[in-house]
This record gives sequence, structure tokens and C-alpha cells, in this order.
Amino acid sequence: MTTTDLPVPGLRSGTESVPAYTGDTAQTGKDFTSDQEVRWCPGCGDYAVLKAVQGFLPDLGLRRENIVFVSGIGCSSRFPYYLDTYGIHSIHGRAPTIATGIATAREDLSVWVVTGDGDALSIGGNHLIHTLRRNVNMTILLFNNRIYGLTKGQYSPTSEAGKITKSTPLGSVDHPFNPVSLALGAEATFVARTIDSDRKHLTSVLAAAAAHRGTALVEIYQNCPIFNDHAFDAVKDRDTKDEAIIGLVNGEPITFADGRLGLVRTATGAVEVAEIGAGDGQVDAADVLVHDAHAEDPSTAFAISRLTDSGGLHRAPVGIFRQVQRPTYDDQARAQVATAREAAAPQGDDVERLTALLHGSDTWTVD
Amino acid sequence: MSQQAPADRTVQQLDRVIIRFAGDSGDGMQLTGDRFTSESAALGNDLMTLPNYPAEIRAPQGTLPGVSSFQVHVADHDILTAGDAPDVLVAMNPAALRANVADLPRGATVIVDTHDFTTRNLSKAGYDADPLALLSEPGDPLAAYTVHPVDLTGMTVAAVKEFGLTRKDAARAKNMFALGLLSWMYGRSTAGTEEFLRRKFAKAPAVRDANLAAFAAGWAFGETTETFAVRYEVKPAALPPATYRNISGNTALAYGLVAAGVRSGLPVFLGSYPITPASDVLHELSKHKAFGVTTFQAEDEIAGIGAAYGAAYAGSLGVTTTSGPGVALKSEAIGLAVMTEIPLIVIDVQRGGPSTGLPTKTEQADLLQAMYGRNGEAPLPIVAPRSPGDCFHAALEAARIAVTHRTPVMLLSDGYLANGSEPWAVPSYDDLPAIDPGFADAPNHAGADSEDGAPTEFWPYLRNPETLARPWAVPGTPGLEHRIGGLEKGDGHGNISYDPANHDLMVRTRQAKVDRVADSLPPLEVDDPSGAAKVLVIGWGSTYGPIGAGCRRGRRAGHRVAQVHLRHLNPFPHDLGDILRRYDRVLVPEMNLGQLSTLLRARYLVDARPHTQVTGMPFKAADLAYAIGELVAEAEGVDVDLAALTGAAGAPADHEEVH
Repeated sequence: MTTTDLPVPGLRSGTESVPAYTGDTAQTGKDFTSDQEVRWCPGCGDYAVLKAVQGFLPDLGLRRENIVFVSGIGCSSRFPYYLDTYGIHSIHGRAPTIATGIATAREDLSVWVVTGDGDALSIGGNHLIHTLRRNVNMTILLFNNRIYGLTKGQYSPTSEAGKITKSTPLGSVDHPFNPVSLALGAEATFVARTIDSDRKHLTSVLAAAAAHRGTALVEIYQNCPIFNDHAFDAVKDRDTKDEAIIGLVNGEPITFADGRLGLVRTATGAVEVAEIGAGDGQVDAADVLVHDAHAEDPSTAFAISRLTDSGGLHRAPVGIFRQVQRPTYDDQARAQVATAREAAAPQGDDVERLTALLHGSDTWTVD
Repeated sequence: MSQQAPADRTVQQLDRVIIRFAGDSGDGMQLTGDRFTSESAALGNDLMTLPNYPAEIRAPQGTLPGVSSFQVHVADHDILTAGDAPDVLVAMNPAALRANVADLPRGATVIVDTHDFTTRNLSKAGYDADPLALLSEPGDPLAAYTVHPVDLTGMTVAAVKEFGLTRKDAARAKNMFALGLLSWMYGRSTAGTEEFLRRKFAKAPAVRDANLAAFAAGWAFGETTETFAVRYEVKPAALPPATYRNISGNTALAYGLVAAGVRSGLPVFLGSYPITPASDVLHELSKHKAFGVTTFQAEDEIAGIGAAYGAAYAGSLGVTTTSGPGVALKSEAIGLAVMTEIPLIVIDVQRGGPSTGLPTKTEQADLLQAMYGRNGEAPLPIVAPRSPGDCFHAALEAARIAVTHRTPVMLLSDGYLANGSEPWAVPSYDDLPAIDPGFADAPNHAGADSEDGAPTEFWPYLRNPETLARPWAVPGTPGLEHRIGGLEKGDGHGNISYDPANHDLMVRTRQAKVDRVADSLPPLEVDDPSGAAKVLVIGWGSTYGPIGAGCRRGRRAGHRVAQVHLRHLNPFPHDLGDILRRYDRVLVPEMNLGQLSTLLRARYLVDARPHTQVTGMPFKAADLAYAIGELVAEAEGVDVDLAALTGAAGAPADHEEVH
């Protein structure tokens, strides 16, 4: 098979083609709140994310009618019902496919997918990886509570091995996915992790994700108080979070625990946590890895993602792991159509060209 | 090259001829048949084709499983099928001879390439002895036929010597030698094929020249050798006045979708995953971006329909194409489209099943899957084309129903229609049905804040009182923001509802909405020339041709029989029940185990009798004529000479009148 060099469009924002809000009164979170009663369990982390999104959407400055939220199945997938935008609560695992159709058909829409660890990584795993590699312009919010909530407490593809649940009374023997590692391996151009209860961080990540042209995957650690309570205590608890959260800020050395700990490269190319200082076994501050989310090569981002505990969570990097530009599927697909239409225009309008197409090159007439 | 036969040759007039080209999968038999078809179309013959090839791309060379064939029926009158049995077989190797000879009637002509009749190849084909060595000897297995053994390969290699190809590459042009010979024998025009070869091999001049030379050599061989004493002529057919072209079912289907896009003003969005025999629709549509067509090759069948659904939600004409196994995978998404009432076209080019089944063979066993293959009560309209060219019109009809009635529509084509071809009267744009998207653009319901009862809010499930269709409100429309989804929706407002009475109402309403599609359908056309038939034959899809040919045979033998063919399988047209009840006997030929007959019996309580075949091949007209004859004898209490209907000597031809 032969290949052809595709034209490379210039750098563009994720919402550049979406009409801006031009109303007289400023939009507020209320404008994005539907009249439907929110029905998550008391204490569910989804409430915090919903509030944060409703508070953030006005800042996008887009027309409400040009925003579409698509979800799959699961607790978090009820999300679209509570937002006064266009929305589809679809079927299990398939939201990225529907969002792909919407985003490809309509450049003027801001497309969001709301999904969970079961929806995105189990039944919908195939769609997630292919959407990421295609780099369709959308933002995927992956609510990871490491459990199946809606079906009442079975282990999920992010549950730790050994987890005792309704379906694994002797402990799960499944090895979990690390969603960030998975996304990086699937050629994702934007991968981030944030936490439901940290509204400020969550909002800043959402802003960067929306501005990214291409598929932005945002993993949100989200607590399920009913079936997996305390799963994220380490990164939420005031006493432990400083040591548990490895904060990633582009261009900054990756240090945490009040600068006591930092990430350094090992001889094998992996990344590990080290104490910073001049003592025995400590590393010099100058040797601490400086975070580069824009690196074309995803190896370092991947190495950092491996510092996430796969068992019970005690430590995890949080922030934007990777943010690089690559032409999006939908921009290129639309460009091919536009170019073809332009090239064909001299041969007549659609009806004239359709008539020519239907006749083809070999016709005969019976009188 | 001359189109005139030399004076010393007899030219015999034929009203029709059925030719089958058979060879190894790599021998280019499909291309050869295709070219002969195009040459015949250019002459103005009516024609039907039946490609038949294995699922393997290259089965072991010289073996029976590797045999690929292409049958073409050309006639000077209106024909309906690719023919029951070939009058002429062109066999390129021992396996092709052995695999096809049983299909030949006595007296058929066999042109066979002797080149591969070696001990090894004979044994690969399962021959203990060389059948060509026994010609005209006692025990000649081919004694019933006129056999012309010709070293097609050897003569091809000699003819292309000057182009410096390897022996293997030189021999590959043998199909063009065979085509040249047959083109001479039947007086086909050669200019189209020459032009085709120049274009196809423009980048490989040596291959181009070799193919042209082989084609010319084949023609010259026919003209100079004394092997072939007779040339034949099949005059142009007296088809209804129109401009015609030759078209295959999958191409017609793709053109129908393009036309539906232009007619409706909607951009076409195809989400698809490659699958035999539907992939050619994806290939064809991907060429038509200039009409605003977007084609998305998805990671799987589910993503194909998911993307089409998403595009449809966003205001495109959403289409997904597949075959039976793909429909199984798409079922849940089809259910979502039923629940959310989104216009969507689902095209199933049926093949032999179940499971992987017979990917390259035809069958129509997905009707009940289309009807019922989803969880819950999930009705959707079903349409089926009846001939290759009719795929165009069926695609437009599917689009009309989907858009007008806000529903997924299933279109059931099949492998025979998809790959078969026929002359097609090119329609005029103005004759295409109108398709009006009628997008919602304003609130439709007076909310609590309405002062004068004027609409202030948008209710996504407020219905058109006539069609029961709900509004199609696409994102980007201000004031109509709303949420849809797979959970049951409250009547009117469309919010989630678990209310028992509401669910009962919504289930019945979705059914009623599909039922009301029948209000937009024209009366059925019953073909009952005598007006006094007691037997009705009813079918759907690609059986139209064989059933029609079977009916014609019956009528020419003096029997009365009526035919009706269904374009719409769900809902059935309003007048179907009355029509069925008008006849004493109803015969339902189907390439399944009786799926339509099951539906007809359940719906109308009539004794619809299944006549079924699941061989992966279309019905033979003779078999259907026999079944019809039996039923006529039973219904009218008369004796019917069944043998006369089955293709024995003097069998009635498939056409109504000799022109």
C-alpha cells in the first residue's frame, strides 16, 4: 500500500471553531444546570465534579447550545441529565464512538465524554484506545472510583488485585489497568489526572483539556462512599496528601512533600522517588526531573505514570502528564471533504454532478 | 479489430446465452466476466450476472476450493435472472472444469484451457484420468457436451513474448485471451475493454501491452482457427425507453445514499467496519467526498454504528453498512436509536449464516434478526431491494423513512444483489423522492413561565400527530438544549421516567409510530396477467428475479399464477392482507427456512407455504416453476406437466413474450 503526506494544519485551540457566547449577561453555573433532580448517593464524589463542571463551563465562554455531553452507562454517566446543554446518555462503553461521530460531523460543537472505569476501560476499552490514537477533538472525563457502583459493588478494571467484592469473595485475581499508562500507550496527545475534591486543580485541568485540540483524557479520582469508601484517602487526607500527591507542573522540577521528595531518573531509564538533600542516599536538587508535558517522546510521562500504586493507593502523580499537538482525525477528515468539494465545484453543483455520477461513462439509450 | 464475422462463418441468432467463466481464484475470472458484461451492456443486451467466489483470497492453486466463477446471462429481451444453467463454460484448469461441469445441460459448449491438464493438476482437482484424453472415446465423461480443448495459456505466452515479461506474468494474461475469444464468438464490441486495459495498466506499459495483445490474439484465434464454425449474435433487448447503464447492487446502494444526501441536503456520514459482502459500499462511498460524504472506518462494528448515530444526532444522514454478523454486534446501538428515535440507516448485505457462515455466498436469513433481534420491544422499519439496480431506490426509501419518521431503518440487501449486476434505467434527479429533514428550530411547549400559552420550552418527545415522529433538534440550535438516552423517557417532556403506565404508553407509541409508516406506502403491485390466478407467489429481496422467471415459465406453459413482491417488510403495506386472502394458495420462496412465511402466517392467519433453499446460491427458475406448477395443480385440480417446467427439453423460456 502507498501512503500520502497529509497536510498539517496549524496549531488550533480545542474550542476555536465553537461559537462564543455573546449574550448581554454573563453566564453562570445556573445556566448550565438542568431542572432534573440529581440522584447520586449522599457523599458521592460525582457531586463535586458536577459542581466543578457547572462552575467551569461559563468560563469556557461558549454558546450553551454548542456544547454536547455524551456518556455511557454507570453512576457517572447520569452526568449529562444534570447539565442544561445538549446531551446523550448512551449505552455501555460506546460514548467515545458517538462522540467521534458528533465531533467529526460538526466542527462547531464542544464535545465532552463522561465515563467511568468500568465503562471506559472494561466494556469500552477498545473504543477508548482507538479514539485516543485517532485524536478526535473531544475531552474525556474518566471518573475512576475503582469499583462498579451502579451494579452494586463488583471489582472494576482499576480495582487492586486481591480486592474482596461481591463477585470476588476470595479476592480479585485480576491485575488492574493504570488509565494514564494505558492512554499514553494508546498514543494519547493529552493525558491528565486530577481529584474530585480538589476543585481548583480539577478546574485548571478541565481548562487545559478543553483548550487542547484533540482527544484529552482526564482521569478523575472519585470516591464511592458506598462500595469503595476511603479508596483515595491517601491523596485527600490533609495529613497524608503532601506525601501522596506527586504534583506535575510543566516546566517545574517534580518535587513534593514540601520539597523533601523529588523524582529522578534511574540508570535503567525508569523514574523513582528520592529524598532531596546532601545526605547519604539523597539526591541533589539539580538532579530532580523537570516536568516536560510537551515532550514528543512519551517515555518519561509513561515512567512517571508508573509511580501510581496499582494496589491500595498511597501515592500517585497528579496533573498533566502529556500535552502535545498532533493533527486531529476530525480536522483531517473534514479537510478531505472540503478539498474534494472545492476540486469538484467547477464540474457543477451537487445535482449536476450527481446526474453525471449516476450516468457513469457507459450508457446506452433505448428509444 | 473487425466487428464483422468473416464471410465463411455462419452467424447464428440467439435470443439469449448464459456463459460461465471459471478458473482459479488468481486467474482473474471476475474481471473477465465483468468485461464481457460491460461489452454486452454496450451492445444493449439485457443481462444479469452471478459472481461466485471462495472466501479465501487465494486458496491453494488448482484445487476445487480455489475455483472462482462468473456467470453472465445476456439476452435480446427482458430477463430476470443470471440463468439456471450455463450454455457455455470456459474452464481455465482441471479444477474449474470439474467444479462446474455438473451444472451444464446436455449440449452445452465447453472451452477448456488444456495447459494445466498435467498429472499433478488433474490429481489436485480429483481426476483419476484426464477427461480430455477420453474425448470421443468410449467412456468419455464429457460426451454430452461440445468440448473445445485449447491451449489458452500456451498461445497467450506466445502472443506476449515480445513484451519481455516473466513466463508467469505472461501467462497471467490468459484471461484476456479467453475474453478475446469469447468476444469474437459473440460479436461483442472490444473498444471498451481495450480502453479499460489501457487505463488499468497505465503505469505498467509492458503488462498493459501484454494484456492488449492477449485480448487481440484471442479474438484473432477465433477468427482464424477452424475449431469454431459458428459465431453467435444476441441482438439488443427491447427494454422500456430510458437511458441505461450497467450497475452492481453495492454500487447502486452507494449511489442511492449519495443521492439521498443531495436530495435531503444532509451530509452523509457512513460509519462502517469492513465485512464481506458489504465492504464495497464503504469503498464506493469513500470516493464521493465531493458530495459532502464522510466515511469513517471504525475499530469495530459497534463503533461504526456509534459514530453514525452520533453524526445523525448532530444532523447528518447517518448510515452504517455491514452483514449479518455485524448486525448482531450493532444490535444494542440499534436499540438506542429506537429508544431515542434518531434517523439512522442500517444496511445489512446478507450472507450465509449463522456465525461466520458463508461470507461470499448469498442468503436472506436475517429477516427475523432485523425484525426482532434486539432486547425489549424495539420495532424498526425494514426495506429490501429486489434487484441490483433497485438497491439505489431502496436506499432512498430507507433514507426517506428514517428522516421522515425519525427512526432507524434496516435495509436488507444480499450477496447476490451486492455483486450481481444488470442494466439500470438511470433515474432523473427530479424523480427522486423528496426527503425533508424538518429540523426543530423553536420551542414547542408552553412552560410554566408562558404568559399567553405561547411555547417557551422544548419537549423532545412531543410528537407529530400524523406520523408520531418526534422533533429532530440538533446541537447548535439555541433554546432546544435537551437530554436523550437509553433510559425510558416520559411522554412529551422526555425526562427519565420509571412510571409503569408511561412505559406501557411509550412501548405502544414506538410500535404505532413504525406501523404508521404504512400510511405513506403505495398500494402493492400484483402481477396477475390472467386476473384469474388461484396461486399467489410472494417474496422479498433478491428472489424477485427467480420468482418472476418461475412465474413466466408457468404462464408460458399455460398456467395462471400471480406474483407480488415486497419492498417493505415492516410495516407491511395496508393492502397485503386483502391480497393474500384473495388467493387459494400462497407460496413464499425464500433463501432461509421460512422467515417471511412465519411473519405472514402470524400476522394474517393465512396458509402461506414456505418454499425454501439455503445453498448459498439464488433459486433456479426451473425449481420455482416446478413448485408453482405443483401448487397450481393442487389449487385448480388440473394436471400439470411438471417435467416440462423444470428445464427438460422444450422448457418454456423465462420471458413473457419473444420479441
